[in-house]
Amino acid sequence: MNIKIATSDLNLYYGTNHALKNINLDLYENQITALIGPSGCGKSTYLKTLNRMNDLVPGVKIDGKILLDGEDIYSPKVDATLLRKKVGMVFQQPNPFPMSIYDNIAYGPRIHGIKNKARLDEIVENSLRGAALWDEVHDRMKKSALGLSGGQQQRLCIARALAVEPEVLLMDEPTSALDPISTLKIEDLMGELKKKYTVVIVTHNMQQATRIADYTAFFLVGEIIEYAPTTELFSRPKEKKTEDYITGRFG
Amino acid sequence: MNKNSIYQKKIRMSDQVLKMLINLCAALALALLAGIMGYVFYRGIPQINWQFLSTVQSSAKGTFGILGNIINTLYMIVITLLIAAPVGIGSAIYLNEYARPGKLVRAIEFTTEVLSGIPSIIFGLFGMVVFGRLFGLSYSVLTGSFTLTLMILPLITRSTQEALKTVPDSYRSGALGIGATKWYMIRTILLPSAMPGILTGIILAVGRIVGESAALLFTAGSGFQLPGGLFSKLFESSGTMTIQLYLSMTKGKYNQAFGIAVVLLIIVLGINLLARYLTSRFDVTRQK
Repeated sequence: MNIKIATSDLNLYYGTNHALKNINLDLYENQITALIGPSGCGKSTYLKTLNRMNDLVPGVKIDGKILLDGEDIYSPKVDATLLRKKVGMVFQQPNPFPMSIYDNIAYGPRIHGIKNKARLDEIVENSLRGAALWDEVHDRMKKSALGLSGGQQQRLCIARALAVEPEVLLMDEPTSALDPISTLKIEDLMGELKKKYTVVIVTHNMQQATRIADYTAFFLVGEIIEYAPTTELFSRPKEKKTEDYITGRFG
Repeated sequence: MNKNSIYQKKIRMSDQVLKMLINLCAALALALLAGIMGYVFYRGIPQINWQFLSTVQSSAKGTFGILGNIINTLYMIVITLLIAAPVGIGSAIYLNEYARPGKLVRAIEFTTEVLSGIPSIIFGLFGMVVFGRLFGLSYSVLTGSFTLTLMILPLITRSTQEALKTVPDSYRSGALGIGATKWYMIRTILLPSAMPGILTGIILAVGRIVGESAALLFTAGSGFQLPGGLFSKLFESSGTMTIQLYLSMTKGKYNQAFGIAVVLLIIVLGINLLARYLTSRFDVTRQK
């Protein structure tokens, strides 16, 4: 299996707080990797280092290397907007922009200079189909995206991320604000997404990790305790701390 | 009757009295407004006719009209906003989106708040001495507009800043997260979302321009003639409607003054209605 993103000796500090300690992790292409661990363990922070969303937080210091297809994403030569085109992100709270469904999806392609109406129409339809939302919204594309239900909004955000044709999709607890049925729809969708994309998902829900993830990494106070194929990590954890966590003894 | 029953409605005296007092306060406020408006309209409406609105005063013919003053007021609004709106909105974007939060930003915010509390005659004094004398602009639309710009800049900056603060951070990270540059994000997401708040600030500013007299008397002057030319007007002495109102009062011509007051009140009312319409028109969070 190809390594899509290779992280080596990554350390991250928020001011004096050492939030990520010596992270070494290889994320595989066309696989779903789940990051689990208790609140504040650094899993979301790590996710955000993968498309440099942490750059926006004042006082962050990062050292170590993250290679995307062999290119260091923290190299001074990197254009952060191009990186974020390749490495898309879906957030915990659905955050559709206050504009029409169509304009939400077309937002990304328009940033990157696509103006042709027919081409945009095609991208919008494909992205919505890719996020399993087309059938529900194709007859109200000009309506405000804020009128959609929470689950639909989240799939819209996934479609919006897909529209810039990323290679990696980062998902920060994408279903934690959703009801069980919407959650199920998004989990089904992820199985489809991994055929084309490399997916990294932060989740609090261990059942979700076992249902969807090929690999799972367990984070604890800024360190990776264990990283293994999901079935192995949950059935035969090598570390005592992992076992304690997944059996619900803490966290 | 069962002691535990909830069918024992009590009349609470203090509640009743307070409720009555509060209603009285509301009625008084409403009555004051209605009284003033009513009296101004009662005295002013008979003064308003076609000549009043479409000519300028002439001592030779002995007629009175405020067309020149209406045009002066429009000039003052347009020129002042042309300068103050871009600068005010720009500085608000800088303060909210680019500047690192800290002492400098707080100092600027504090300054803008203090500025908006300064009595307007002080702006008039400053404007006259600096723009009128030092810059040699004398009594003119430009001197008046520059002076008013100083006065309303804090208003526009603060209201734009407040509007930007209400835009959820999730919009910002959402846009940046799919590769938007910061300026693209500001242009396509932040400004449209903040537009109702920005417009409200601008319209309040228009209200202040229309209503201002102290800051204009010695800067824009009291000219009442029609413009000599579209651009040469900028350098002509130009009294707005409020200035003319003041002049009519000093001459004891109260009927004229009430006539102008009616026109002013109608304009202010119109501005308020426009503000309401525009804020709903530009409200991007409408779920249509």
